[in-house]
Amino acid sequence: MLNSLLSGDYPRSRPLAMVLALILVSLAFAPFLFPGSQPLNVAAKICVFIILVASYDLLLGYTGIVSFAHTMFYGIGGYGVAIAMYNFSPSWDALAIGIVIALVLSMLLALLIGLFSLRVRAIFFAMITLAVASAFAILASQLNEITGGEDGRSYRIPELLRPAFRLFDDPVLGVNINGRILTYYLIFCSALILFLLALRVINSPFGRVLQAIRENDFRAEALGYRVVVYRSIANCLSAGMATLAGVLMALWLRYTGPDTTLSFAIMIDILLMVVIGGMGTLYGAVLGATIFILAQNYLQVLMGQFSKALEAAGVPLLPSLFHADRWLLWLGILFVLSVYFFPVGIVGKLRQMRK
Amino acid sequence: MSTAAISDTAALPKVKLDLLPILLVPGLMLLALPFVGSFSTWVTLTVAALAMGMMIFLMASGLTLVFGLMDVLNFGHGVFISFGAYMSLVALGPLAGWVESPNIWLNIGVLLACILVAMVVTGALGWAFERVVIRPVYGQHLKQILITMGGMIVAEQMIHVIWGASPIPLRLPEGLRGAIVIGDAAMEKYRVIAVVVGLTVFGAMYLVLNRTKIGLLIRAGVENAEMVEALGYKIRRLFVGVFIAGSALAGLGGVLWAFYRQTLTAGMGMEVNVLIFIVIIIGGLGSVGGCFTGALLVALVANYTGFLAPKLALGSSILLMVLILLWRPQGLYPVAKR
Repeated sequence: MLNSLLSGDYPRSRPLAMVLALILVSLAFAPFLFPGSQPLNVAAKICVFIILVASYDLLLGYTGIVSFAHTMFYGIGGYGVAIAMYNFSPSWDALAIGIVIALVLSMLLALLIGLFSLRVRAIFFAMITLAVASAFAILASQLNEITGGEDGRSYRIPELLRPAFRLFDDPVLGVNINGRILTYYLIFCSALILFLLALRVINSPFGRVLQAIRENDFRAEALGYRVVVYRSIANCLSAGMATLAGVLMALWLRYTGPDTTLSFAIMIDILLMVVIGGMGTLYGAVLGATIFILAQNYLQVLMGQFSKALEAAGVPLLPSLFHADRWLLWLGILFVLSVYFFPVGIVGKLRQMRK
Repeated sequence: MSTAAISDTAALPKVKLDLLPILLVPGLMLLALPFVGSFSTWVTLTVAALAMGMMIFLMASGLTLVFGLMDVLNFGHGVFISFGAYMSLVALGPLAGWVESPNIWLNIGVLLACILVAMVVTGALGWAFERVVIRPVYGQHLKQILITMGGMIVAEQMIHVIWGASPIPLRLPEGLRGAIVIGDAAMEKYRVIAVVVGLTVFGAMYLVLNRTKIGLLIRAGVENAEMVEALGYKIRRLFVGVFIAGSALAGLGGVLWAFYRQTLTAGMGMEVNVLIFIVIIIGGLGSVGGCFTGALLVALVANYTGFLAPKLALGSSILLMVLILLWRPQGLYPVAKR
């Protein structure tokens, strides 16, 4: 049972398995374990980002190509929901139509970009995705009538998922089961299923071919695998998964705007999560996303307090280095150092420990 | 083996001059004329586009050479642009009086001072960047992209730490404001200066690359680095030199760009970076001439569409890239080995 669920890809390290189990349990019972809206928000974000980062890892870690357009696909998912909910009715039908259109659009776009640039060299792909993604971000903030421009769109979601909706009259285990918690469980279950599907994909023969291409594309081609075709399919799969992550995020936030979906800062966050967690293992995505989002939500506050304390003590320069807005500086340094000294990420280190 | 000796042997076929891509530039200008309608508007637009193209070329030339020579793609190239731009603040500090002075020579002097400071600092920064960030990851594309991106994030944040996070307004020196009016056509003075600076640098670069031994080695290195190495030249030292020069040029472009926009933001380098990538892809990775042509084409297309169909302007460079790659998949002037 477990074997087929995980597609035979076990964590292969006792500490890692324990941490993963802890994360799974915490996320599964988050509304009951950590009551309040802020912790639930963090948990939902972690679920969404696990999918987003796992889909990115499919490209970066498994296929060995760097894309900077991942937020674009994420954004298409978000805007798909936003536009459907805002312009039509907040019903399930509209939601389904929005999701399908977003998925088709992203996958087509991914296929086009892939066919166009993956033929030549992987490095081409990185540059072209960067260009396309930034053009898309500007486009989204310019097309006021459709996307709401810089302000984005706030919208209502199906009634079942609204905070005012009550499933039971009485609280369960001290928690009112409202639409918010139902949304959380929708996100959690979708994330779990998508993650297991991703595991299935990378442990299939198709996934093995991708890894062969990552290691030596010339040789893979010589063995009779059409490298372009495999890379393009991986690109489309990854784009589709990112779109679904965007859909889930849009359902949770009930708002979609350029800053929450398309900004380059999110792309950098994804890169950091993949590298810190460990490239080339999907479990790395789980660890990376969890650690990063916890840090983002709680470390920033600590940094702000530290900076204030330094400022009060009259230390020069350091307060601005530790200013809460400068936390990207420290993450950037961590990122560079981890690419140098820590390329296998946390998961890789944990697995090495056993040997 | 001098070039004279080679040209003596008539057996070597002459290199075929490929003029088609460069002819696209005047062709595009002429094509745009009937659409724009008024001649004076067309002149203004064209001069503005040429100025923009020159600046983009300055910023992109280093990147394309670095890639051609050592197969290193520096995603953090924008750092040098931003730093160069911010360096003009340093130069403007003691020379503030010159900015408001009505004497045009003092105005140009202050611009030159900014450029000098920026080039020295970004050159040094380039040397350090090559040393610390790029050297450990030679030959590993994936890591290069990640590392230089990381270096970019850190450097951008450092600008925030040093100069603060809010945009800083930058005043153009007194004598360089305003426009020259010939007939109905108005050309902003500063844009004319940018064109002059750009052409000068392009000319100097052309001479260095085509008339000196170093230039010969660089061109040979771009075509086949191993062979140059085998002939006994230290390609790595050459590369460091090109990297420093490329960073300094990016700094120069950054100063011009900053005065053009008249505001300083830490993200400005990153914003242009995207345009620069498009330009070097269009030009053919590693080719300086292609980079020059590509920069002019991108700027012209952007300006004309910005005037004719503002909604399309943003996608215009991408569209141009797609069209050109459909025509020549390796860029306008492909470098032999790639």
